[in-house]
Amino acid sequence: MADRPEPGAPDLPEAVAVPRRRFAPQLIWLVPIVAVLVGGWLAVKAVLERGPVITITFKTAEGLEAGKTKIKYKDVEIGVVKTVSLSPDRKGVVATAELSKEAESFLVEDTRFFVVRPRVTAGGVSGLGTLLAGPYIGIDIGKSKQTRRDFVGLEVAPMVASDQPGRRFILRAGELGSIDVGTPIFFRKVSVGQVITEELDKGGTGVTFTIFVNNPYDQYITPSTRFWNASGIDVSLGAAGLEIRTESLVSILVGGIAFEAAPDTGPEPPAAANTEFMLFLSRAEAFRTPDRVVDTSLLVFDGSVRGLSVGAPLDFRGVTIGEVVKIGVAVDPKTFAFTMPVLVKLFPERLAGRQFIGTKATVSESPAVRLSRVKQLIDKGLRAQLRSGNLLTGQLYVALDFFPDAPKVKSDLTAKKPPEIPTIPGTFEELQNNLANVVKKLDKLQIEEIGADTRKLIASLDETLKSVDTLLQGADTLVKRVDSDLMPDLRRALDTAGRALDTAGATLNSANAVLASESPLQSDLRQTLMEVNRTLAAIRALADSLERHPESLIRGKQGAASP
Amino acid sequence: MNVTAARLGYLTCHACGLLHRASGHAHGLFCTRCGAALHTRKRDSVARAWALLIAAYVLIVPANVLPVMVSGSLFGSESDTIMSGVAFLWSDGSWLLAAILFIASIAVPFAKLLAMTFLLVSVQRRSTLAPEQRTRLYRVLEFVGRWSMIDIYVAAILTALVQFGGLMSIQAGPGAIAFGSVVVLTMFAAESFDPRLIWDPVEPHGR
Repeated sequence: MADRPEPGAPDLPEAVAVPRRRFAPQLIWLVPIVAVLVGGWLAVKAVLERGPVITITFKTAEGLEAGKTKIKYKDVEIGVVKTVSLSPDRKGVVATAELSKEAESFLVEDTRFFVVRPRVTAGGVSGLGTLLAGPYIGIDIGKSKQTRRDFVGLEVAPMVASDQPGRRFILRAGELGSIDVGTPIFFRKVSVGQVITEELDKGGTGVTFTIFVNNPYDQYITPSTRFWNASGIDVSLGAAGLEIRTESLVSILVGGIAFEAAPDTGPEPPAAANTEFMLFLSRAEAFRTPDRVVDTSLLVFDGSVRGLSVGAPLDFRGVTIGEVVKIGVAVDPKTFAFTMPVLVKLFPERLAGRQFIGTKATVSESPAVRLSRVKQLIDKGLRAQLRSGNLLTGQLYVALDFFPDAPKVKSDLTAKKPPEIPTIPGTFEELQNNLANVVKKLDKLQIEEIGADTRKLIASLDETLKSVDTLLQGADTLVKRVDSDLMPDLRRALDTAGRALDTAGATLNSANAVLASESPLQSDLRQTLMEVNRTLAAIRALADSLERHPESLIRGKQGAASP
Repeated sequence: MNVTAARLGYLTCHACGLLHRASGHAHGLFCTRCGAALHTRKRDSVARAWALLIAAYVLIVPANVLPVMVSGSLFGSESDTIMSGVAFLWSDGSWLLAAILFIASIAVPFAKLLAMTFLLVSVQRRSTLAPEQRTRLYRVLEFVGRWSMIDIYVAAILTALVQFGGLMSIQAGPGAIAFGSVVVLTMFAAESFDPRLIWDPVEPHGR
């Protein structure tokens, strides 16, 4: 080419030629190889990391977004919702989610899924983060070994994760009160757990709560622990003044349940999980001695039971040992005699004296033994009596007491069910009866006859009075006669009597002179008496010395022999 | 028939512009003035372009599948692929932005790859079809190249700016690297392609 002459470009330099290396690997092909390696590695990784796909059925897809909604365990993302579609029966939605590889072992029979949404409960606020980031699906991993791929999601997050240490217990109450899911449980005012479910019993007779008590505190729940509703403020006015009890500010606002071991119980093993307890309405009620043994008895009253109501106390000398359960009327079809049967509940444990002794006294005897004891008591005079509890309202209560004077009753307790305890009329009733008897007796008196008799009596009295009058007139004439006939003789007799009295007076004067204190007779007598006195003293001395030294009678006085 | 340097047996230095007379060797020539390599056509142009193009084809898959941007905030993290970003903007009502993002980040890279493939295939088959249009296509390709990097720019800027610790932070995802690689590789492929090859079958230079 160089030899070819070119017009207009005469002396162009010749390019320098350098011999080419024979082997020149085309390095550029490394680039696609690296790219393929990287891409292949990513693809393999993606396939290897591919986790299980599960379906979760929810009632509503509120907040669920395909491709966006995460599945998180302890706030670690373990999966994402891929699709959200309606379930075939259109009753819910089915979310299909892809989980990461390590979540494979989480998918067991009792694993629960739930949508975490912002929630404000009694215990506090949860899921605030989901307000902005949107809800996510939470997971509570079960303990089962059986794997599962289709789940039914819960509508609300469970209050307690299954791996949270602690125990569940069951409380039964008559009514819900102010207790709600999330209501805190207090132990000595420390919040130790919460209510996790509330449910109406099947028969509608009560409410059942499931509570969860966190781990270090669940050991304080023993079989004899009492639970009570600690909601609000408990104000009581007692002998000690106004007393206000409350658990915490939270419990005032949202309610609460408190528990405490029953008094007078020694150390006990902690209660097993899912033990059932009663939920009492108040602390006072919770700590009332429970009556585990209940006997029923029948009391038959003859009189009116007006003022006696169901629930009225059965009182033994001031201690309530039972209550009235039922009040009825019974009639004997032959005689039409009405009686008032009253059914009562008796708590024999209250008679066992456990309140005083403080030990765990149990009425361990069989009902038959208790019955025979009641029979003994009845033989000793145990009777039931209606007494007035309140004079103003006329409320009655049943008193059990001993009336040794009460008429003996032949009672066969085993024959009837429930056994019958004999009754005697009440004090008021007795008074009423006595008054009625008096009135009845008064009624029986034949007052009209009495009147007639009285009239007759008065007539005869009239006649008598008349005869008395004549009698008096006769007496009058008699007196007059006496006055005129007897008076002179009488005066004479009186004169002689006066003279006799004068001589008697002189005689007495001379006697007086003899007996005067300075008279010789008197002084002689006094001297004689003094002599006698001294003699007697000497005799006493002799007697004394003889008593001390009886031997002196024989040997003579020792002291005199040797002075 | 047009007069070309090659046909006349001349070579220009691409570095300093000095014109040389071509010697008998087609390869291994160097500029006498600056020492740069001289060649009538770019060396191994088609093979290099193919290698880079294939690498770009491989990497465009993870670029679209893997997240480009991972934005973490107080309320959990969220990773976005290019397509999910487009979908988000579209569903959000920002159709214009969605269109821009779609064109710049998805349509253009794919179009570039396809256009490059078309050029290479046509050159290898020594096609004589519409060389002018194909040259124009190449010019557009070269010009557009750097503009498909806006996605990477956005990710890079946000990653640098939005770093507030736990409150909010944005990280570039693995998809961004793949996507950037795709763009760079296609740019290199376009660079290594010699558009004069389009014209060679149309006007053979006699040798």
